[in-house]
Amino acid sequence: MTSSHEQKPGSSPSTHDQADLHTYDAERKLPASHNPLPALNDVGAQRPAIAEEAFMEVRESPEFVELRRRFRAFAFPMTAAFLIWYFAYVLLSVFAKAFMVQNIGLGNLNMGHALGLLQFATTFLITWLYLRHMTKNIDPLARDLRAKLEGGNK
Amino acid sequence: MNLLESMGVPVLNIGIFAAFVVITMFVIIRVTSGSNKKSASSFYTGGAQFSGTQNGFAIAGDYLSAASFLGIVGAIATAGYDGLLYSIGFLVAWLVALLLVAEPLRNTGKYTMADVLSFRMENRPVRLAAAISTLIISFFYLLAQMAGAGGLVSLLLGLDGELAQNIVIVIVGLLMIGYVLIGGMKGTTWVQMIKAVLLITGAGIMTVWVLAKFGFNLSSVMQQAMDANKAPKMIEPGIKYTDPIAFLSLSIALVLGTAGLPHVLMRFYTVPTAKEARKSVTWAIGLIGAFYLFTLVLGYGAAAIVTGGVTAIKKLPGGANASAPALAFNLPGGGTGGSIFLAVIAGVAFATILAVVAGLTITASASFSHDIYNSVLKGGKADPADEVRIARITVLVIGALAIFGGIFAKSMNIAFLVALAFAVAASANLPSILFSLYWRRFNTRGSIWSIYGGLISAIVLIVFSPAVSTPLGSAKPLASAMFPGASFAWFPYDNPAIVSVPVGFLLGILGTLSTGKKESEYPMKQAEMEVRSMTGAGAEGSIAH
Repeated sequence: MTSSHEQKPGSSPSTHDQADLHTYDAERKLPASHNPLPALNDVGAQRPAIAEEAFMEVRESPEFVELRRRFRAFAFPMTAAFLIWYFAYVLLSVFAKAFMVQNIGLGNLNMGHALGLLQFATTFLITWLYLRHMTKNIDPLARDLRAKLEGGNK
Repeated sequence: MNLLESMGVPVLNIGIFAAFVVITMFVIIRVTSGSNKKSASSFYTGGAQFSGTQNGFAIAGDYLSAASFLGIVGAIATAGYDGLLYSIGFLVAWLVALLLVAEPLRNTGKYTMADVLSFRMENRPVRLAAAISTLIISFFYLLAQMAGAGGLVSLLLGLDGELAQNIVIVIVGLLMIGYVLIGGMKGTTWVQMIKAVLLITGAGIMTVWVLAKFGFNLSSVMQQAMDANKAPKMIEPGIKYTDPIAFLSLSIALVLGTAGLPHVLMRFYTVPTAKEARKSVTWAIGLIGAFYLFTLVLGYGAAAIVTGGVTAIKKLPGGANASAPALAFNLPGGGTGGSIFLAVIAGVAFATILAVVAGLTITASASFSHDIYNSVLKGGKADPADEVRIARITVLVIGALAIFGGIFAKSMNIAFLVALAFAVAASANLPSILFSLYWRRFNTRGSIWSIYGGLISAIVLIVFSPAVSTPLGSAKPLASAMFPGASFAWFPYDNPAIVSVPVGFLLGILGTLSTGKKESEYPMKQAEMEVRSMTGAGAEGSIAH
């Protein structure tokens, strides 16, 4: 626990070890037009910097823990699900030809083509589910936390 | 019968292509006239002022390369069902980008992928590694597009022969340099949007036209494709991919590569907020998905409608890649109508290549000047104006390299080069991106091992693959190899992903654990990155001012 990055919240950021190679601090000293992150549009230049300690504080807050839980509870299982479904389709195509060529009453659109088109459908469906989840469960929490962080330095 | 001689009027093809260049140049000059071209933000990200919808079109324009349009239509025309598998991998891959990467990346980075990877690591070594992998991936992808440009020419402009192809590669290279230097990211984005609209509209019209000829019944199109080519097995798996493991390896590269492609990642920075990044990806998934559905119809349509069928297509210069243009000529029944429609589709194909090479060039130049010049060489203290100056010089260098590389690579297999770029992206970039966003303990050593390990294992396996030389112990030379006369391929699969992707992930884990630290390396930075990535704090247009 010697790195300057590990100081306790509350200590002054000005005590940063100058020898630290992390250029993030060097970037902080650049002109406002070259703000380290965001500042991609002009409004950015007027935004006050957020103290590093504030991030640590927010990360331990129950609101943030909840936000992260909600995000991961959707994104991780869903990623696992669509990857399993995709590789199942790939493996069926190469190892289960008899299954994939069977006629399913759609003319020449056999089982393989139908499952392939279903891959398109599930991709669109998961996109829609993700949008709905983010808008409903993530955005309000994220907005509050952001306001707290950006407002705290005024 | 020589289909080429009866197909298309070169002057018309060249005219439509020239019109595209003139119109897009005009648009670029208009949209960039007011902006500050000296600012780094303006040059790299167009000032991050694009709307999610605009950016979604630009992503589609960036992603739907010549390999997608000509390559997939050709693959479906010649290999039927197996061609469809390609497009599914390319599309599903976007879910990885949407669910795990786009928004956190937008929230934690500024211009390049290395911004995110080095956020909470020792800056220089990680940034250098990320920049090297960005440059290598962009270069392979660029080579593929330039090679495609050369190959297309003989078909579309009627300019056969080595010299004519080289001249066209030089012209494409010069135009690309022009677009990027004059327009920066803003101009490039506009070119990509225009191209996406043209490409998707063009493919959409052809799709409706094909379906209309068969009473809007896809099954009838497929029936005709099978009958005309006496290929009843076309709708079954197994024509193109005979080795299951080889195909599994390709599938891994396709589905995991997209979210690690630097020029795709950079597109998340051209919008003002993470929410707009989300909207961009949603639009991109809709557009790209629709386009790949079109290619299914176009592929079977080409096999069904083109006079002489697949046999005639394969004899055209460019081989299977000529399926879509040949279909365009045959749809109106050939003749003048066919020539005009072919010219339009040819113009779209050229626009496609131009837009993609411009996007790749700007990504590579941003990575060199922002990551290597500014952060590694100048310790992050370079003047932004200098950084942009270096980026512009880099554009010239990359342009020159792409021209020479393209001339050298024009006989190489385009799909192989693109799949190579995807495999390297999935092995070298994706593990570090995911770990640094979602694994608190991930550290500098883990990043370095993962990036270089994924990069080196992918490239070494490719060098010793049957795509490069004839397999060891094989009795006769492998004609599809890059050097059929040589024999040093001990790796059995064309695509290395089945080995190199696990290597990238494993080395990331081993490197991290080998430091023995239970805590994250820089807890403050880690906390900042985690909070920023989830909330967008400090990364968006400020609220409540």
